[in-house]
Amino acid sequence: MSLAPAIETKDLCKRFGNVQANDNISLVVEQGTVHGIVGENGAGKSTLLKMLFGFYQPNSGDLIVNGEKLSLDSPSEAMAAGIAMVHQHFMLVEPFTVLENIILGAEGQGLLRHAAADAKAKLKGLEQQFGFDLPLDAPVSQLSVGERQRVEILKALFRGADVLILDEPTAVLTPQECDQLFDLVRLLKSRGKTILFVTHKLQEIMAVTDTVTVIRAGKVIVRTATAETTPDALAEAMVGAKISRAVERRDGSKGMPRMKLESVCAQSDHGHEALKNVSLEIYDGEVLGVAGVAGNGQTELLEVLTGLRQVTNGTVSLSGNVTNSPNTFTGPIELRDSGLAHVAEDRLKTGVVETMTATENAILGYQRSADFCRNGLLRLKAIAAAAARYFESQDVRPRNPELPVAAFSGGNQQKLVIARELARDPQTLIVGQPTRGVDIGAVTKIHDQITELRNAGKALLVVSADLDELMTISDRIAVMCCGVLEGVVAIEDADERSIGLMMAGSSGELATP
Amino acid sequence: MEFLTDILLLSDSAIRIAAPLILAALAGLCAERAGIVDIGLEGKMLAAAFAAASAAAITGSPWAGLLSGILVSVMLALLHGYVSINQRGNQIVSGMAINIMVAGLAPTLANAWFSRGGQTPLLDSEARFNEITLPLADLLQDVPLVGAVYSNLLSGHSFLTYLAFLMVPVVGWILYRTRFGLRLRAVGENPEAVDTAGISVTLLRYQAMIIAGILCGMSGSALSTALGAGFIRDMSAGKGFLALAAMIFGKWKPVPTLLACLLFAFVDALQGRLQGVSLPLIGEIPVQFTIMLPYVLTVVILAGFVGKMEAPKASGIPYEKDR
Repeated sequence: MSLAPAIETKDLCKRFGNVQANDNISLVVEQGTVHGIVGENGAGKSTLLKMLFGFYQPNSGDLIVNGEKLSLDSPSEAMAAGIAMVHQHFMLVEPFTVLENIILGAEGQGLLRHAAADAKAKLKGLEQQFGFDLPLDAPVSQLSVGERQRVEILKALFRGADVLILDEPTAVLTPQECDQLFDLVRLLKSRGKTILFVTHKLQEIMAVTDTVTVIRAGKVIVRTATAETTPDALAEAMVGAKISRAVERRDGSKGMPRMKLESVCAQSDHGHEALKNVSLEIYDGEVLGVAGVAGNGQTELLEVLTGLRQVTNGTVSLSGNVTNSPNTFTGPIELRDSGLAHVAEDRLKTGVVETMTATENAILGYQRSADFCRNGLLRLKAIAAAAARYFESQDVRPRNPELPVAAFSGGNQQKLVIARELARDPQTLIVGQPTRGVDIGAVTKIHDQITELRNAGKALLVVSADLDELMTISDRIAVMCCGVLEGVVAIEDADERSIGLMMAGSSGELATP
Repeated sequence: MEFLTDILLLSDSAIRIAAPLILAALAGLCAERAGIVDIGLEGKMLAAAFAAASAAAITGSPWAGLLSGILVSVMLALLHGYVSINQRGNQIVSGMAINIMVAGLAPTLANAWFSRGGQTPLLDSEARFNEITLPLADLLQDVPLVGAVYSNLLSGHSFLTYLAFLMVPVVGWILYRTRFGLRLRAVGENPEAVDTAGISVTLLRYQAMIIAGILCGMSGSALSTALGAGFIRDMSAGKGFLALAAMIFGKWKPVPTLLACLLFAFVDALQGRLQGVSLPLIGEIPVQFTIMLPYVLTVVILAGFVGKMEAPKASGIPYEKDR
């Protein structure tokens, strides 16, 4: 017996202006299988998905669903064909309840009371079949990220989806939540659903998929059964050439404690306790990684260290001087002068001004310094020279500092920020999400640079949502959960499993679905 | 007893003054809940007031007036919709443009058509929405308290005043009990979720603008054909902005918005009453200061008392399919 493939594409092309985002993509996804799609950021995965989901229309090529050639002109047509997508950024209305989110657009009835009653009856069946246990009447804003993702999946099933497209589903999950997701994916498969699993993490492909397609620069590079390939082979196909790390971590002796936090408490913007009694030391010659699920106090930790938020209790000190306590507060300008640099976590919000040129951004935060400014007037020549230097030292491309920062890719923006922050040879560097939105080639370069600084005896603190990254570059990993420092693990003793448990908190709050 | 009568009279005029405020605030609420900031309430109100007064003056029918008021207001709402939805323009600029345009256009047209220095002719009683005496109101007049409240406070308002109060539960019902309301609220919070659910963001937002236009049209008509008897230059006098403030104070919810409107209206009524009255200790407050009261209250409330304002998340942001 041979069923027609659930989804087949033939020579699908999509162009945006001059950019060929998808170039003759041919794909076969068999019924009832889990098919992985891997590729770097910007490889064209999202474009392909959006075409499968009817959000974009291809410039040429065919889309065949269940053996039938279709043109999907809108998401609702895709849904009618049984294709649903779980977006990386969830398409949920936060103040609405789970039930309201699920029925939105598929209410069936004009009056909500009736629509809700019908939906509840239908959901009961689905919940039993697929083992969901979601609080239907709770607002989505109160759910954990893992639960929100399950709402999205349930929403798709409610609409009768046979093919589920999961776009980077694990990007925001703890390792435990990932395992739950994998279990759910396997259960869905056993019930006859077809799943497209899109990711750039290769372990996940190996763990959960049957077949895999690798996309690079808009083209299909490899199509193979998962059992017949290896992570290394996939990585090579994904990146194009083997990337090796150039800089090794040198065994140096840890220096003096450079920064010190003692029982620090701080409030978030919303006024609740974001840091609870955090004590930490950052030594010269080490990288201290900070792990945790986003929103567990890491942002506030960065702000407390860099003079952007005053603590409510405890002290922060730099080279032995108290910089932040309930009654002393040193702002970012003076901290910079004392040799502390900051690569901001949210690049577009606090790291650069997108609409201003790279040259202007190159002095952002340093515009008061005598090098760049005299008597309130900017020294344009010196600034342009500095920008040119930064572009050269970090290999920022395109090599045109007069372009607005928005015209550069995430990786090149980050390179510019790093060049700017390193220009003064700071002794202490606080880095938030060093490689967020940065392509793989640049990731390695950034990691190498961090290691080089460490080898040169600088004190570094790196906050990252990517645990693999922290495992690569850190000497010690501090784990945060709900504003509490769950513990600090030396890299020799660290494994993803135990760190994952710590990220979920000792109470296991986040681990339960 | 005299104090009670005072309160009763004040409340009575507060209800009268509140009617256009409530309608305009509900209009703003529908628009913002769908994600469109409608700072042009003031202009739409004024345009509707002018259209209603003109039509009522020409035809002699308040209903023709109401209809014209609604029509003109809806057209302006659609214009604002076109700028905000299709052209993804700046909604504040578009709203202000409508306000400025109407402030100039209405008196100019009035002058051209009626030659009365930018006013429309005084409407006689048949061309206005007159006070409706509720059944039994005369009979119950002498019953203490209940009768007084019923006959003086609840009875004796115009059709549009009753309509304004009726619209509060109607808008609430639509927003919270119907499929359309669910979608409308969703599009103001997360239009992408609505789009990916297969619903047209554009259509929904236009529908919301039409509703806002209708409500605002009623509001303007109330100004010139129920509260007043004709159109006067700048007769909306910032009420559109006051309505916007009431909507924010009411946290984008119908009933709290109603209460906020009543508060503003009560203060407005109070300022009218305080004019020329000599108060103990203070003496007579100059008129200029009493007139300021509702506006000062607005500033104070919005600056200090609203607390955390949770506007619909997508409010004011044009929806683009690919961000």
